Amino acid sequence: MSNTLLISLAVLGILGGVLAVVLYFVAQKFKVEENPLIDEAEACLPGANCGGCGFAGCRALAEACVKQAAEKGNIDGLACPGTDMNKVAAVLGLTAGTFEPKIAVVRCNGSCQNSPSKVHYEGADICAFANTLYAGEGGCSKGCLGLGDCVKKCNFDALHIDKETGLPVVDPDKCVGCGVCARTCPRGIIEVRPRGKKDRRVYVCCSNTDKGALVIKNCSVGCIGCQKCLKECPFEAIEMRGNLAYIDPAKCKACGKCAKVCPRGSIHAINFPAPKPEVPALQGAEPAVKPQPKPEAQPVETKTEVKPENTVTA
Amino acid sequence: MNPIKTFHKGGVHPEENKLSANLPIQDFPMPKQIIVPLGQCLGAPADCIVNKGDRVLTGQLIGTAKGFISANVHSPATGTVAKVDVVMDHTGYYKPAVFIDREEQDEWAEGILVTDKLLTDIKLDSKQIIDKVKECGIVGMGGATFPTHVKLMVPEGKKAEYVIINAAECEPYLTCDFRLLLEKTQEFLVGVKILMKAVNTDKGIIGIEANKMEAIELLDKTINEHKDLYAGIEVQPLKTKYPQGGEKQIIKAITGREVPSGKLPIETGCVVVNVASTYAVYEAVQKNKPLIERIVTVTGKSVKNPGNFRVRFGTPADLLIEAAGGLPEDITDVINGGPMMGKSVSVTNFPCIKGTSGILLMTLREAQDRRQTNCIRCGRCAMACPMGLQPFLLHKVAKQNDFDETEKNHVMDCIECGSCEFTCPANIPLLDYIRYGKAKTGAIIKARNQK
Repeated sequence: MSNTLLISLAVLGILGGVLAVVLYFVAQKFKVEENPLIDEAEACLPGANCGGCGFAGCRALAEACVKQAAEKGNIDGLACPGTDMNKVAAVLGLTAGTFEPKIAVVRCNGSCQNSPSKVHYEGADICAFANTLYAGEGGCSKGCLGLGDCVKKCNFDALHIDKETGLPVVDPDKCVGCGVCARTCPRGIIEVRPRGKKDRRVYVCCSNTDKGALVIKNCSVGCIGCQKCLKECPFEAIEMRGNLAYIDPAKCKACGKCAKVCPRGSIHAINFPAPKPEVPALQGAEPAVKPQPKPEAQPVETKTEVKPENTVTA
Repeated sequence: MNPIKTFHKGGVHPEENKLSANLPIQDFPMPKQIIVPLGQCLGAPADCIVNKGDRVLTGQLIGTAKGFISANVHSPATGTVAKVDVVMDHTGYYKPAVFIDREEQDEWAEGILVTDKLLTDIKLDSKQIIDKVKECGIVGMGGATFPTHVKLMVPEGKKAEYVIINAAECEPYLTCDFRLLLEKTQEFLVGVKILMKAVNTDKGIIGIEANKMEAIELLDKTINEHKDLYAGIEVQPLKTKYPQGGEKQIIKAITGREVPSGKLPIETGCVVVNVASTYAVYEAVQKNKPLIERIVTVTGKSVKNPGNFRVRFGTPADLLIEAAGGLPEDITDVINGGPMMGKSVSVTNFPCIKGTSGILLMTLREAQDRRQTNCIRCGRCAMACPMGLQPFLLHKVAKQNDFDETEKNHVMDCIECGSCEFTCPANIPLLDYIRYGKAKTGAIIKARNQK
């Protein structure tokens, strides 16, 4: 018995030893030289592999950074929406390219109150499917379907459907602006925009390019393309896309004048100080999408309403 | 009478509910303004060729087909074009349409023969017939609205052996094709002859479900009485089973041949045409009359006066509902088409178009969504699938957005008949997810082929 045991042990031991030597030489021969900087750069990135940077994952971005740093001596144009690229730059011994923090904005305010349901949808809870089937419960063919494809896709738990309004709400603390939601939305309602200075940003909270008469039929806060904002804007930052106003974030100086003239309350100015200067509270960030005071509230009030519980400190 | 045939794989038998089977077709009066959508067929919508203020005659071309799979659109009435704008279709989306303010009297466009006389003499040859069908904008009127002239153009190297007329009408409730068979028997049979001439074959088979014995006997009798006229046409009774009227199923039932996965019916030497389309072909070829009207069944269990109406396109559906006794109180669902494949509508004032075979008003009792529970792996959906697919699996992988897997499991072969969902004891919306998977997979395949 003991002989058998010894023989097996010996044979396996020798075999193991021989293979270890072979493996050692093979590993030496076929060794892939990899820059250790890649690992270090990758460690700075969030690791969610969201694809928001435009690369296949965090490691791919790290590789691209290292490569570009070696070739051009900078990492301009490479940016992870969820990280301060200065950290990566520091690892690589550089200064980061201009990186602007971004956030997803939901360009629809067709809540259950603003765009009351005309039909009831019973079926698979997939926006992409419902989009092929019908225009939406409120009747707006460009508005949010509220089934939450964006919520399911978000890697950062930054999107949630508000039960009252039926619309997705972006959590500004968690959103990194990776843009997965924007790519998922079958109607292209979500847009990734710069957060803006002091987190102040102005955008048109509507995606309907139809004529005003058709918009009014279905929604009380949709953009009707009256172009008042266009005339008001001192920076020529507003352009018309079909019958929809669009504020170019590159030109917008966040003065908020357009929001004041909009007769439909479609333009949302986020994080602006309240009209009464003695109240220093800020307007809620994304929850501004919510018609906060009461369903039939004037849309313009919606934006200027002071709601301390929605104050964002970010 | 031939022995009854059927397809064997899967299938279900929903309650037939042919409430309007004995009600003759009534001409439906046109409203003051009709709204003619420009996209009335599968494929690209037509290009509008009239302007605001133009006077159009009944049967005049107002939209020309754009692209290969597309069909012409003609004016269903005489009147003035009020505007060319958008109108909400049954899904609630806005689609381009021509609004026509109608005049009282129909003034037919030049070249259209207005007569009720039966014309049996087929003067045109194969190519001329196909051109005429194309010109008159005829599409498959079973609901899919595939342009008929594309079907009739047999590709080179293929030969059409049979013209199969799909008169199964396997959808519960619908009776428009049945009534047309009874009331326009001879015209229909001439239509079959025209189709046979168009694809150069001498065999025409009319497949009818056995719950329409009246039509089977009438057709048999007519064919026997006029043996010289209708030589080569046969009537084939089919078992009453859903989806007997699926293109692939009816081919399998009648010829025993199976359409290969991803291929067209012409691979089996069959050209399948719907009853209403056949009648439209008769009118187009013999009378030069374009497709401007169809029979629409308005029905439902609590509808006061269900009926079969001859409707000019562009007539709003709510007028039809009114004519049938108005919207009953216990209605929760208005369906465009039959109960199995039709889709719920978002608005009831959508204009009737070439594919509107029925307007079905479902009661709360029938249409209520029952509570969904987990899949219990009973396999009933797989047993019911007439295409031999595994709906439970497709549902699962589509839900997980795994479109490689949906493709591997032949999601593209799904005919969306809804048999799986009908049998599911757990009330899972299987078809919704399969349709989602099919749409996504189709897009991926298309993008891949374009590369």
